[in-house]
Amino acid sequence: MFAIIRTPIDPVRLDAAVRDDLFGAVVSFLGIVRERADDGRLVHGLEYEAYEAMALAEFETIAGEAYQRFGDVRLTIVHRVGRLAVGEIAVAVVVGSPHRGDAFDACEYAIDEVKSRAPIWKKELYADGDERWKSNACGAHESAV
Amino acid sequence: MRVAVAAFAGLRELLAGSVMELELPAGASVGDAWSALERRHPGLAPLAGSTRLARNGRLAAPADVLSDGDELALLPPVGGG
Repeated sequence: MFAIIRTPIDPVRLDAAVRDDLFGAVVSFLGIVRERADDGRLVHGLEYEAYEAMALAEFETIAGEAYQRFGDVRLTIVHRVGRLAVGEIAVAVVVGSPHRGDAFDACEYAIDEVKSRAPIWKKELYADGDERWKSNACGAHESAV
Repeated sequence: MRVAVAAFAGLRELLAGSVMELELPAGASVGDAWSALERRHPGLAPLAGSTRLARNGRLAAPADVLSDGDELALLPPVGGG
């Protein structure tokens, strides 16, 4: 299952989407809004925005790549958009697989790729009222122009 | 021909309130569309190096030719997760 949603992410429900009697492992990653920005500034929330159609297509592509790389894995990727408070879940990647090794590897691969490729943006909302769009900035982006 | 322009995050805010549709000559490319946007919004020029462009939901190269009714999306560096 792949989704961009505006309501709180319920990790317990996501687990069901990757269950299979052949799978002995389920690995979940939850990305949670934290109180401090990378530079230490106090944050009271984040605002996420997505180019939804393209983001969903990217989630599917990433899941397909994980299947190619790690074998029999099934992925659910859900990202929330809108305003989130500290402690809320921004993104969930849940992976089912026959064994834990592939599930861990696929989960790490998928969240890394989501962060570097999916057309999703976040604005840090600071406690002092200031705000700033913040990119993940891992690796230079090829420019199209 | 007419091309719809969608912008996200900081670029959306930069272009807020401006025309989000471009009138371009037939055969215009993605790069031509960016140049037309830059002429209208000089503030875009410094962002050319970090902005990726998508045509109808797929990443596009400057040489890609646009068609009437296409959607061109301006994508700043991503920050999901």
